[in-house]
Amino acid sequence: MINIVYRLKSPKFFEEAIDEIELDGVVVRPTHLSICQADQRYYQGSRPAEVLDEKLPMALIHEGIGEVVYDASGEYEAGDSVVLIPNTPQGEDVCRANYSYNSKFRGSGFDGFTSDLIKLESDRVVKIPNDFNKNVSAFIELITVAYQGISKFSEIAVTPKDVIGVWGDGNLGFITVLLLKEKFPQSKIIIFGKHLENLNLFSFADEIYQIHNVPDDIVIDHAFECVGSSASQSAIEQIIDLINPQGIISLFGVSEYPVPINTRMVLEKGLTVQGNSRSDRQDFVGVVETLKQNPKLFEYLDKLVTNICEIDTLNDLKEAFDIDHNSHFGKTILKWNK
Amino acid sequence: MIFAAILAGGIGSRMGGTDTPKQFLTLGNKPVIIHTIEKFVINENIDKTIVLTPKNFINHTNNLIKEYIGDDEGIIVIEGGKTRNDTLMNSIKFIDENFGIDDDSIILTHDSVRPFVTHRIIKDNIEAARKYGACDTVIPATDTIVESINGETIQAIPVRDYYYQGQTPQSFNVKKLFNLINSLTEAETNILTDACKIFTLKDEDVHLVDGEVTNIKITYPYDLKLANTILEDKND
Repeated sequence: MINIVYRLKSPKFFEEAIDEIELDGVVVRPTHLSICQADQRYYQGSRPAEVLDEKLPMALIHEGIGEVVYDASGEYEAGDSVVLIPNTPQGEDVCRANYSYNSKFRGSGFDGFTSDLIKLESDRVVKIPNDFNKNVSAFIELITVAYQGISKFSEIAVTPKDVIGVWGDGNLGFITVLLLKEKFPQSKIIIFGKHLENLNLFSFADEIYQIHNVPDDIVIDHAFECVGSSASQSAIEQIIDLINPQGIISLFGVSEYPVPINTRMVLEKGLTVQGNSRSDRQDFVGVVETLKQNPKLFEYLDKLVTNICEIDTLNDLKEAFDIDHNSHFGKTILKWNK
Repeated sequence: MIFAAILAGGIGSRMGGTDTPKQFLTLGNKPVIIHTIEKFVINENIDKTIVLTPKNFINHTNNLIKEYIGDDEGIIVIEGGKTRNDTLMNSIKFIDENFGIDDDSIILTHDSVRPFVTHRIIKDNIEAARKYGACDTVIPATDTIVESINGETIQAIPVRDYYYQGQTPQSFNVKKLFNLINSLTEAETNILTDACKIFTLKDEDVHLVDGEVTNIKITYPYDLKLANTILEDKND
């Protein structure tokens, strides 16, 4: 069947394209999408020129939900709300699919979700209840990234989890603190950030500190770095200073540049640095289940919804990216009518 | 009920260099008409998709559907008419004889040579036909429209902002369409080139639905060549 896909042709320029899809999987109509920093880097043209040359034209967006239009297998019914899994494994591998070189990722290795219809394998969608907050559900993918990192941390941490520090007062930091409070209600969760106006929204954290104003007696057992870019360096440095021996440092922040790390202290304290990127089906199932069990999480997560943009034209899509670019906190949701 | 009528009655007189009607030529991996039918068949809101073809293409069309889509009770191939309006009337007669015409039934009429129609356009047509009784899919005119009645000089240049290019689907309340067609005089029937005109002739509102620039009609060999080139480009 013919499908119309809306691709980024070059930075800040979208175009319509014709694609052909087979009706052998699940066909979904996107309804609510969410812009991620990675999309924004393509849109702004801030990725290296050779990366842009290689990957564009490509449809952006890897966070989103939609409605099932058609499912050849009959597993899903037309009208079912589903969250879309952007990570697409290509065969078996010894590592998790989100780290496999064989996996393709929507909006990175192939077309993202900005299209009339999306064809996915049936294990690349997870059903969500109709009463889920649709704007929040649009960025379930981002929540799954924090979820899989926390799951991994739970498996490998050997020392107590009495005090856990989260660095970064952006979207991922917000979600990570929220999920940590849910998963480890007995632990003290501390958020370390730079922007007081953002930090004030972390009302569910046990303690809040600005990074330049941390009391001398603060120590943590484990840390989550949700900072990224060039600021990663100072965040990791502060983490290594404050963390107890044999703590886990879970890294989430993406940086375009190599970040120097004080390996002497990593060695001396016996620290484990765990990289985290993306997620896979089990994390989506886990997040959907967590949200079902704790609907109050939607109230907190709804605070992240800072822009809701109706997308009827490609110009609307451009404007949404520009609005998102000027927002310092929160998520831009695209109500997809295109 | 919601019906789709795929109008494949034309013999493609404008498509040069081939005897095969353009709706049966291949786009990507399938005939154009199959791509078009699929758009309606996968839509859960559409109960029956009626395909209207010239009589000598009914078997061929059925064979293609069987080959590419499989057995599907939701698709029916019947004979079209001499003109577009005859074809449209055949679909309504078929609905009347087989399902009956109730107050709420709507029909989406669509060119078989517009395989690029989107799910969104179909959804908006269903909503608008239900709400307003009639709708037409359009995009704003981009070229200046020039009126010349004698074909030699310009009589008028209308304000472009008020003009749109008509696409399909065109969708209607079946009962309303049926009654309006039956009320036409012969003179009115003779000037009808467009289904929506039946409504405007009778002072009935036709609501606008946003089309897409991609929702082109494959009219000329160039259109098909272009579409295939874009598809192949992606597959490289």
